[in-house]
Formats: sequence, C-alpha cells, structure tokens
Amino acid sequence: MRLHLLALLAKEPAHGYELKQALEQTFGSAYPSPNIGQIYVTLGRLEKDGLVKAVDVEQSNRPNKKVYYLTAKGRETLTLWVDEPTEGPRVRDEFFMKLVLAPLTGIADRMALINRQRRHYLSLMGDLNDLLSRTAPDDHVQALLIEGAMLHLQADLDWLERCQEDLT
Amino acid sequence: MTPVLKTVHLVKIYSDGAVPVPAVRGVDLQVEPGEFVAVMGPSGSGKSTLVHMLGGLDSRTSGEIWLDGQRVDTLSESAWALLRRKKIGFVFQFFNLVGNMTVADNVELPALLAGASPKEARERRESLLGALNLTERADAAPGQLSGGEQQRVALARALANQPSVLLADEPTGNLDSRNTRDVLKLLSNVHKEGQTIVMVTHDARVAGLADRLVSLFDGEIVDDGRIARKRTRTAGAVIDLR
Ligand SMILES: Nc1ncnc2c1ncn2[C@@H]1O[C@H](COP(=O)(O)OP(=O)(O)OP(=O)(O)O)[C@@H](O)[C@H]1O
Ligand SMILES: [Mg+2]
Repeated sequence: MRLHLLALLAKEPAHGYELKQALEQTFGSAYPSPNIGQIYVTLGRLEKDGLVKAVDVEQSNRPNKKVYYLTAKGRETLTLWVDEPTEGPRVRDEFFMKLVLAPLTGIADRMALINRQRRHYLSLMGDLNDLLSRTAPDDHVQALLIEGAMLHLQADLDWLERCQEDLT
Repeated sequence: MTPVLKTVHLVKIYSDGAVPVPAVRGVDLQVEPGEFVAVMGPSGSGKSTLVHMLGGLDSRTSGEIWLDGQRVDTLSESAWALLRRKKIGFVFQFFNLVGNMTVADNVELPALLAGASPKEARERRESLLGALNLTERADAAPGQLSGGEQQRVALARALANQPSVLLADEPTGNLDSRNTRDVLKLLSNVHKEGQTIVMVTHDARVAGLADRLVSLFDGEIVDDGRIARKRTRTAGAVIDLR
C-alpha cells in the first residue's frame, strides 16, 4: 500500500482518513476498503523512511490532525515505481498444491477436489456478476477491476479443466 | 412439482463410424421448473450430444427422456416435433438461422408456429430484439450479420415461443464482452421471470448466473450441485492490488 499512498499524496497533501476515502471512492465496492489502522501504520513507516513528512494542523475542539505531504525522496520513489514495468501477476495457487499433493494424504479423490473447486470459482463468479450489474456503467475503474477478476477466474476454470483431463 | 426435464439412464452411442463412440453414458438428470442449470466439461465430454437429445434433435440409444411429465423419447417423430415447437427453445452451438428470412421473421416464426397471434409474436420479437440491442438489424438477412449478432438473434428466436425450457449450446461463443453483457442481462432477466434454462457453456460469466452446475466427463455426470452465493465478495477475492 506504500506506493498507493505516495501516489495519492503526489496529488495533494492529506491526512490518513482522507486517504482512506480517496481509495474507497476510486475502487468503490469492487475492492475491500483499507483499514484506517493499516493506513496510519504505513504512513508512519513512510515518514520514518523520509518519503513523507507530516505537519500538525490545529482543529477547533478536536485533537490536532496530521497532514502528510510527499518529500523529494518520496517523489523519486514514486517516479521509479511508475517508470518500471510491473511484474506480471504471481499466482499463488494453493489449490494446485493441494491437488498434486493430495494423493499423499490418502484421501485423494482428485475428481472430487476439482469438482468442488469449480463450483467455488463459479460461486465467486456469480458474486462478481452481481457486483458488476450494480456498478454504474460509467465507472470504468470499478467495472474494469471486476472484469479483470472475471477473466482471471475464467483462466482458473480453464486450468481446472486441464487438470481434470490429465490428472484424474 | 413435476420436473420440466428428466432423463433416466440416458445413453447415446454413435455407431456411424468404424468404431462405436459412446458419447453419453448413462445420464440421470432432473431439472425443476425455474432452475438455471449450467453444463460444463471438456471438449468431447458429451455436452452437445446430451442437450441435442433433450431437445429431440438427436435420437437416444437407450434410456428415457421426460418433458413436463410426459415421456417423449418414445413419441413419433412428428408428435415430438409438434411438442418441441411449443415447449422447447433451442440455441445451437452454430446458430442455424433461416438464411432467406429477415432477422425479424426468424424471431417471430417460432412464436407463430407455437400458436401465438401475429400481434403477440411481433411484440415478443420487438422486446427480445430490443433487449439484445438488435432492433436496427430487424430487416437484415442473417448472412449480413456478424457472428455475434447471429448468435444473439438465435437466442431471441429460442425465447420467442416462451418455452418450458430453454436449451442452449455455447450461446456466447462468438460474443465480445459488451455483447456478452447484453446476453447475460437478458438471461438473468428471463431466469428471474421463471424461465427454466439448461445451458452448455465454457464461459464462466454465463455459468456464474446459474443456480446449479452439472459437470460432464467422458459422457458421465461427475458432479451435480448448487452454485452458492455469498453476495459479500469483492474483486479483492481474486485480484490482490499490491
Ligand atoms: N455425429 C457424430 N458421429 C460420431 N461421433 C460423434 C458425433 N457427434 C459427436 N460425436 C462424438 O461424441 C463425443 C461427444 O461429442 P459432443 O459434441 O457431445 O462433445 P461436447 O462436449 O459438446 O464437445 P465441445 O465442447 O467440443 O463442443 C465426441 O467424442 C465426439 O467426437
Ligand atoms: Mg459441443
């Protein structure tokens, strides 16, 4: 989340709660909203590393709030991040390990494992369908995030079919 | 409740080649009114053969097929054809539209054959073509349409007679994502209105609309169960934005 926060701060200084709201507004219900504690912890680390600085802003009848802004070093880190190609998705597939190693447990019905997993993926897909149908058509960020998730799931299902053909 | 469709140990062995091919090997399936069943499985697992038999488009080798409580596999060809017009809508893997009729007539014909009045048939056609974003193509001939457009016309045609069951074989095979969205919306709407659907598909988005998944493998059902809904999940369950 470090770099996401840096990117938001490149636009304008903000306090923790504003950053949380900005993330929520961008991804809406398509993505789990970050927890505020996590945001403060990350900001603290960024501050320690000299990538952001904070100023205390007084508020009437409330405790002071810390407004964060990007340092030159922070901007450099952010630019580096944007400039570099991003590693492709590294799929962490626990299911595949399970499928391959299952015979060792003695309860290995690979066909049953695959069938259950397929229904699990489809149930996820059903939820994403619902989510997409509730997304405003002009909200491209949310819609594309959901479509991306759907395409990944489609690939998982195709892979499952290949596993079924060759491992059962 | 009487099931809309029921098969009892349904078998199909193709024996037109040098060696007989057992394509469907003892399928017991029961589909209740209003259910949306997705049928999935690897290529050659017997999906098309199964739905073709359900729709009376291919003969069975042995076993029984029941439609709305009536046994149909023993009917004469003509009696079966008559019943089919009334009760079954079929979308083929390769769409099968009538080439020398307009899109509008292709869609109206099945409703007329099933006994709808011309006015009813026209209204139904207008609403289906509208839902699939095809109103402007109503007067075209199928040959003038893209694959995706023909596929959508085929779906509209299959729904025109308000069938007891919609049987579809890969109805989104030729669609881009925008057109798939229209088809998904229509399917989900007719399903909400109580349309029974049995659909062969590789498209996970389409299968995700279904209530139930039947998995075929080597001509047999290897899994048959409900597709649960959690309704709380986000894209974060699949993609981790780091
Ligand atoms: N008319 C036919 N004559 C002989 N064999 C056939 C015929 N039609 C299908 N088969 C065989 O029956 C088996 C099942 O075919 P079917 O078309 O039902 O598969 P499918 O699951 O629909 O595959 P796909 O996903 O590729 O459409 C295959 O082995 C196929 O080669
Ligand atoms: Mg097929």
